[in-house]
Amino acid sequence: MRLNVILFFGKHPGAKRIVAEFINSLLSLSSDHALGYVVASLIHCVLLLHVIAVGALVFIWMERKVSGRIQDRLGPTRVGGRFGWLQTLADGLKLITKEDLMPGAADPLLFRLAPYLSFAASFTAFLALPFADGWAAQVLNVGAFFVLAVLGLEVFGVILAGYGSGSKWSLFGGMREAAQVVSYEVPLGLCVLVPVTVCGTLNLVTIGNMQAGLFTNWLIFQNPFMPIVFLAFFTCAMASVNRAPFDLAEAESELVAGFHTEYSGLRWSIFFMAEYGSMFVVSALAAILFFGAWHGPLPVFASISASPYLMHIANLAGCTNFILKTVIGVTVMIWIRWTLPRLRIDQVITMCWKYCVPIAAFCLVGTVAWEVTGLPWIGDMTPNRNPMGSVREHWAQDDPVASTSHSVVIAEGRRND
Amino acid sequence: MATGFDSRVVEYDVRTDEMLVNMGPQHPSTHGVLRLVLRTDGEIVSEVTPHIGYLHRCAEKIGENLTPRQWIPYTDRMDYLAGMNMNLGWSLAVEKLMGLQLPDKARHLRVIIAELGRIASHLVGMGAYGLDLGTFSPFLYAFREREKILDLFEEVCGARLTYSYITPGGATADLPPGWIGRCEAFLNELVPIISDYHNLLTSNAIFIKRTCGIGVLSAEMAIDYGCSGPVLRGSGVDYDLRRDGEERYTEMYDGYSFEVIAERDGHYPKDHQYPKVPQDAVLGDCWHRFYVRMLEVMQAIDLLRQGFDRYSAATGDWGTPIKLTQKLPKGEAYLETEAPRGQMGFYLVSDGSSIPWRVRARSSSFCNLSVTHEICRGVPIADVPAIVGSLDIVMGEIDR
Repeated sequence: MRLNVILFFGKHPGAKRIVAEFINSLLSLSSDHALGYVVASLIHCVLLLHVIAVGALVFIWMERKVSGRIQDRLGPTRVGGRFGWLQTLADGLKLITKEDLMPGAADPLLFRLAPYLSFAASFTAFLALPFADGWAAQVLNVGAFFVLAVLGLEVFGVILAGYGSGSKWSLFGGMREAAQVVSYEVPLGLCVLVPVTVCGTLNLVTIGNMQAGLFTNWLIFQNPFMPIVFLAFFTCAMASVNRAPFDLAEAESELVAGFHTEYSGLRWSIFFMAEYGSMFVVSALAAILFFGAWHGPLPVFASISASPYLMHIANLAGCTNFILKTVIGVTVMIWIRWTLPRLRIDQVITMCWKYCVPIAAFCLVGTVAWEVTGLPWIGDMTPNRNPMGSVREHWAQDDPVASTSHSVVIAEGRRND
Repeated sequence: MATGFDSRVVEYDVRTDEMLVNMGPQHPSTHGVLRLVLRTDGEIVSEVTPHIGYLHRCAEKIGENLTPRQWIPYTDRMDYLAGMNMNLGWSLAVEKLMGLQLPDKARHLRVIIAELGRIASHLVGMGAYGLDLGTFSPFLYAFREREKILDLFEEVCGARLTYSYITPGGATADLPPGWIGRCEAFLNELVPIISDYHNLLTSNAIFIKRTCGIGVLSAEMAIDYGCSGPVLRGSGVDYDLRRDGEERYTEMYDGYSFEVIAERDGHYPKDHQYPKVPQDAVLGDCWHRFYVRMLEVMQAIDLLRQGFDRYSAATGDWGTPIKLTQKLPKGEAYLETEAPRGQMGFYLVSDGSSIPWRVRARSSSFCNLSVTHEICRGVPIADVPAIVGSLDIVMGEIDR
């Protein structure tokens, strides 16, 4: 059986290719010259670095402000005006100027390496994250898988920090993290598999495009199992990025500060950035897989999204949409963190294997059955579905179109196959 | 190596070592400067040894060089979360030695102040316990309410933490005009908020999972180790010095109606208004100790409301504090009172001068802490703060 995996670029060739061709045209090189692509990639990396850095800046400010409001406090009010906008910057400045401390018992190389490893993993996941139709550093046809796989690497940094710190508390934290994250990869993968099964692709851009139109087209309304899967996904995502109530690796009332007990200054802040970066990634993944990605609840920009120039405006609006949804996800995580007590390690693992895995597996089977039988649900009750949005990637077998073109866009209803 | 080595048995030679870990004195959840040495095997703690003395300030010895009234500020600094109750305990002990009788008004004033202090102390105990379990917000909610109590205390005596308000012979001043009304208004605010606390903690699923069946202290063991207060009552022992104590102390509560908060025949007094006892809860576990504290807040509110009317109707004044250099009669006196954390006893021996010859304090937290090695044996590390936190210790009182 011949399996033709076709790279799908969205409705247009992707922002990177446009930039690369533009640079090549400036340098009067051929449009597919490597130099343009390298420069375009670098531009993307720098942009994404800003997303994660500014994101951390905003999220840390938000965490303090939201937690302040939850707890009847004001939160930061001084630095940068009434709302303390620049509090994180001031903190960052303080952290950078702190003394570079390393415990005598620490393994120097591993101790230094750990935060950057964590950050690299968190950052790499951003590469495959589409912020709007085609607005990704690299549109991957296995995007969902790539994000999960790379995010899972973050645990290495934490384990190394725990091991390399030469502190018993850090070691406890590192070991807990290892047990927890490795366990939660399983239900997390299963949960992601459900929307992926519905869409028939791992390509995050395609999954996003399939949810265009009214909000009823969002995958969460696809079948009755989706909301359950979403809850399971969100739980597992919080566990895999170490947010409360699953923040056992840094449980401050038990392990002092867990794996980053011995860290201070810049290295500690790098860990922090990695944590907030990961939170962003999993929230973004939730937005893409369940909540229509960059599509708003109403197809306001649908008419211009196909036009060659105006589509950039549509994409900008989509990007705003997408970031808004992600921020809502992060806010919910913050909210949960400041409300719930922490679970114990055995309870966390029990929750993973005895609840999350069976629920996710059940929903996967249920979703497959629902899709195969073609039963109707909320998504099918709205008459004005936008057929342009229902794009399905072609996993073609003996398809004449697929074998001739390497960038196929086929518009079809989701159940027309 | 060649013989007897089975390559299929991967863990043939893997031996996990026991590890000694210091929890404290610098640790976020040891309530001050308690140091616990944990012998752990992985996450399981096989032995817990508490080390105390980091906050020792020779308070008792100082008491042997000061007159009773001068020593009042030192009692504030014992259980610094319930300074009023410490003042009361010492004052009653001195009054017992001197055979002083107080006017009715002073008696009701003391009940009001002591019960308000109990609420403040239990609020901190509740919030700090949430902190031990990893939830931060209830701690700040508790402090928000405690702040109002401190405001009330500030009005009464000018201090917010170390009051030195109740003294042998009465109190340093009367309650300010209008104070009763403000206090009543505060209680009316507090009652609905307590159900929020129950939602956030007592009946929270994760909280129940973390506390039910953890650190079970049997009634026999609690009595053997001399536990007292909510720790003792959490184990189902129906014993409260306000009812069962010495005449000198219980007469203060004469005419007040209250039920001792302890589980009897499987239910708590008035428990129909509060979250049900979860199925997993075992009598004497962390949940019960916590719950007893929560119910005692309601009990204290009840007592306060009874006290307001009595105080307003009472005759006499707030008592006359003894002179600074008042000569003490020769003899000795020991009196235990029901402080928020348990039975706080003060002992003094006088040789007839104005300075006691011997002063001793019997700390409730000290005895309560002494059970840790029994109930922390074989629990995961995460349960150690949960158990120690449920004992609600204050190091200032243990080390004195």
